[in-house]
Amino acid sequence: MSIIDIQNVNFSYDKQTILENISLQVEQKDFLAIIGPNGGGKSTLLKLILGINPLQKGTISILGTKPEKNLSKIGYVPQNTNINTDFPIKVIEVVMMGHVGHKRPIFGYRKEEIACAMGALQQVGMENFAHKKIGSLSGGQRQRVMIARALCAHPKILLLDEPTASIDVSGQKQIYDLLKQLNQYITIVVVSHDISVILEYANKVAHINRTLTYHDISNKTTINPTQGHFCEVEMLELLGKSTKKSECTC
Amino acid sequence: MLEMFSYDFMQHAIIAGLLVSIASGIIGSLIVVNRMVFLAGGIAHTAYGGIGIAIYFNLPIFLGASVFSVAAALLMAYITLHQRNRIDTFIGLIWAVGMAIGVILVDLSQGYNVDLISYLFGSILAVSQEDLYYMGILLIIIITIVTLYYRDILAVSYDSEYANLRGINVPLFFTIILVLSALTIVIAIKVVGLILVIALLTIPIYIAEKISTSLAQMMLYSGILSSVFTMVGLHFSYTFDLTSGASIILVSALCLLIFIFFKKFITK
Repeated sequence: MSIIDIQNVNFSYDKQTILENISLQVEQKDFLAIIGPNGGGKSTLLKLILGINPLQKGTISILGTKPEKNLSKIGYVPQNTNINTDFPIKVIEVVMMGHVGHKRPIFGYRKEEIACAMGALQQVGMENFAHKKIGSLSGGQRQRVMIARALCAHPKILLLDEPTASIDVSGQKQIYDLLKQLNQYITIVVVSHDISVILEYANKVAHINRTLTYHDISNKTTINPTQGHFCEVEMLELLGKSTKKSECTC
Repeated sequence: MLEMFSYDFMQHAIIAGLLVSIASGIIGSLIVVNRMVFLAGGIAHTAYGGIGIAIYFNLPIFLGASVFSVAAALLMAYITLHQRNRIDTFIGLIWAVGMAIGVILVDLSQGYNVDLISYLFGSILAVSQEDLYYMGILLIIIITIVTLYYRDILAVSYDSEYANLRGINVPLFFTIILVLSALTIVIAIKVVGLILVIALLTIPIYIAEKISTSLAQMMLYSGILSSVFTMVGLHFSYTFDLTSGASIILVSALCLLIFIFFKKFITK
């Protein structure tokens, strides 16, 4: 059984079609990269999977049931984690928001919840920052805290929306190394622009621009990005999509 | 100095000042972190409509103002949750209409030469025993709700989209925060007046935000700072015979300036 099963999903907003006839299966321990241009519908698809956007047409099932019934099975790392940096909140408090709200005490947090949150912070290597104010962290550190928050509920799937959008290059690599490590026991779905980085880590690629093109690159031939740079034109060639040879302009 | 404590009205003023400071410290923190300052300003001015209704129909002022501003808060919550892109226009509208209703109803009230200024700038020296009970009960309600639902309120305030994903009823808590704001604003109007209430709900809170590492700490510091500002302002108002609300706000603003100055030049 596929861990995420999307069948014939359409989505439109104000009469404008954003997603058309999308079908996608994600298997256990896949590392799926969703790429595509801005406004192509990547985030919309993620929000449909999460049940934030209502499903208009088609079906989505997570582990065989509706997304809304699987809140704790999906860990989500939202796109912009640089908002609200003035907010007076400690790292550990942010992570504990990841707990799903049942069996909670009248007041404060249970010991197990705190221990669990510390464990999640350890997984992302941020345990020494537990009592720091979230605004004092760098972009990359904050992103790892957000991953810890998503891990808090022991998800089977981790969904990340542009996890490295505002992080420097070395921070990006750390994030992806971390995801690779987590991928040993969690299915990972990443929406990203960083095609070059993604190709080193992902085993499947879905390109979304209203419609979806799907590639299994788990048996990919070695890629040799020149000086760590790899442009979309080269990638399309690699995936056999590009019909004519074009110059790399980036 | 000590003789000021011997008057009944001063004792009432001091207790009212402290109760309102603690309430506005807690609620002001929520208003600031949720970026609802404009909403709070709208509610404060709309509350004048409630004051007008209370005067016209000869009802207790607190009752009229509370019911009316809670209604305004519910309306604003509804609009914010359903019509996000036009929210500022609607708040401005509710704000103006609320005040206009108040002004007209006060005009129509016969034989009651109401002192508009006391509602615009506060009348802390005219706080009655009943007013104090009302403020005390409201403070207990606020502390109870914020303590019991601290986690949810924190989650909704910090990241409402994520809170929604974790199964927290975001619209409900958003509405609760706005309704508690409305009730707090009504008692704060008694102390500093409806024009200055926004300053009380933002100046101490701004300082507290910068020196706190958690929302609870921010609420605590805000309450303490607000109490200090209110007491010092009240003292100046008594000593130099100045309007109490304006004195409190100027003391707060002066402390804010000093704080910003020190923050800029000392902690580099």
